[in-house]
Amino acid sequence: MKKYLTFPNFMLAVGLLFLYIPIFSMVLYSFNNSRLVTVWDHANSPTLKWYAELFRNRAMLEAAWLSIRVAAMSASAAVVLGTLAGLVLARFGPFRGRALLQGLTTAPLVMPEVITGLSMLLLFVSLESVLAAFGIRFGRGILTITLAHITFTMAYVTVIVQSRLATFDDSLEEAALDLGARPAKVFFRITLPLIMPAILSGWLLAFTLSWDDVVVTQFVSGPGYNTLPMVVFSSVRRGVNPSVNALATLMVLVVAAGVVVSAVFMKRAEKKRERETRLAEAGL
Amino acid sequence: MSTRGTALDKPPGSGRVGPLWELFFRFGPPRWSEYIRRNWAGQRLVIAVPYLWLIVFFLVPFLIVLKISFAEFEPFGTPPYAPILRWLEDGAVQVKLLFGSYSYLLHEPLYVSAWLYSIKVALVSTLLCLLLAYPMAYAIARSSPTRRNVLLMLVILPFWTSFLLRVYAWIGLLKNDGVINNVLQWLGIIDEPVVMMNTSLAVYIGIVYSYLPFMILPLYANLEKHDLTLLEAAQDLGAGPVRSFLRITLPLSVPGVIAGSLLVFIPAVGEYVIPSLLGSSDQLMIAGLLSDEFNLNHDWPRACAVAIAMLLLLVGPMMIYQHFQNRELKVGRR
Repeated sequence: MKKYLTFPNFMLAVGLLFLYIPIFSMVLYSFNNSRLVTVWDHANSPTLKWYAELFRNRAMLEAAWLSIRVAAMSASAAVVLGTLAGLVLARFGPFRGRALLQGLTTAPLVMPEVITGLSMLLLFVSLESVLAAFGIRFGRGILTITLAHITFTMAYVTVIVQSRLATFDDSLEEAALDLGARPAKVFFRITLPLIMPAILSGWLLAFTLSWDDVVVTQFVSGPGYNTLPMVVFSSVRRGVNPSVNALATLMVLVVAAGVVVSAVFMKRAEKKRERETRLAEAGL
Repeated sequence: MSTRGTALDKPPGSGRVGPLWELFFRFGPPRWSEYIRRNWAGQRLVIAVPYLWLIVFFLVPFLIVLKISFAEFEPFGTPPYAPILRWLEDGAVQVKLLFGSYSYLLHEPLYVSAWLYSIKVALVSTLLCLLLAYPMAYAIARSSPTRRNVLLMLVILPFWTSFLLRVYAWIGLLKNDGVINNVLQWLGIIDEPVVMMNTSLAVYIGIVYSYLPFMILPLYANLEKHDLTLLEAAQDLGAGPVRSFLRITLPLSVPGVIAGSLLVFIPAVGEYVIPSLLGSSDQLMIAGLLSDEFNLNHDWPRACAVAIAMLLLLVGPMMIYQHFQNRELKVGRR
């Protein structure tokens, strides 16, 4: 007989409530008619007026579009760089400078964001003055934001890819090399399909982190380039804003939908794998 | 599968084996890294791309910060600091390194209190986070495999929604006329609203809330690997659950505790968003001070000195974390 009411289970329930109550309260109050966020207006709620207001807010819509573009670009670039770094660290054995590379890829994971932001901004300022001497001008904006985001998100992709590569040994790759495949071909035909799940989750994580970042972005962004978190941050600092609740609800919806879709896909892939294993066993 | 295996074990016939198999039998399987090192010219390129990127966009910026931290503040210059290297008229080079910004950090009471407060906040919230996360991770690690996946997903899920918005949600909960005070008053537990917003308590809650998954995951990864027969053996020998937890589970989970605590402590020291939304404006944390120094006072040298000092403070914990992270990756690898 297994006991369910143990101290750890109780704390698990408390912890999960702690994690989800704030999210549910945002969802609930996004339908509240009253501007005073915490006073529930029984007469006129639920209402969708904050959603309507959200979609009339040009500044927020433009910021969201900028954020989507930055996040998509930086996640894609971070995936390429992070996969290369993860591959090098997991598969290339010892080489000169490996320890430095490992340090450079783990450091951004724990680096306080203000330091990353400040140092990136100072890099761009120095680059501006150096490049101006050659007649090249670039302002601070979408390019600098994207470069900064690539740098701190690629660290996450590297760790995911590296630990995924560490979970299976290189016998398949070796076999292909023994059979005469060139390393590039081995990578694209064997390694890449094997680490594809890690690359996909790395992309999603990089997208989320970029989409969500406010501190680094505030440093490296220029006038006129406000990402969604920057707009939200400055409006929230002035006080509670019900249309931010509506925005949060929409984002929770997107994440929930993503989870359902990926669960369905994973289930289907698992079934397919099972069927193939059975067929293969029957064939033998 | 099995037929091929036996064929490999006993090469048929006279000992005429292909050169590769000979290699195989003599030295074991060749490592891929060995192949790459010898045979592939593209190797250097693959290493160079991420390496160069990180050097240009991560290492060089720190050197620039380091350089500016020694410069002299020039309030009306663009950029607002004096160059460190100056060519004098007789062709000599003058190097001017100032430690003024650093000594200011150590003597100005505002800074000293911000340092102490940041460390205190980070320590307290790491401890609270650990106290909540340990039993949670334990419960997840000891539940059935199907339930385990669901629970892990529930823990990670909030992480995928916006960090900023989740911190914002606490404003609505903690305010004087917020949800928590309303509920407590409605239940008759309190008469007057309890002030929670803009206090240290709000900052602790915000940090614990945002970093809880970072504490749970390393703990879970550690607790899940424990050999449960050890606990059975302890039970057979007459140890109670508390005793076997203290003598077996807790000591075995120390690496997980350290990794999780560092993953919370290091970013918490430099946290900017949470204290500026939930904390008091009277008591700044060090990251807020850095941002004000840079954005409001335009004192670049001092902001850079703050950044370098923060790095010096955190480099020890960071290296310990890296050590554990590397060990974890090596253990995972056969």
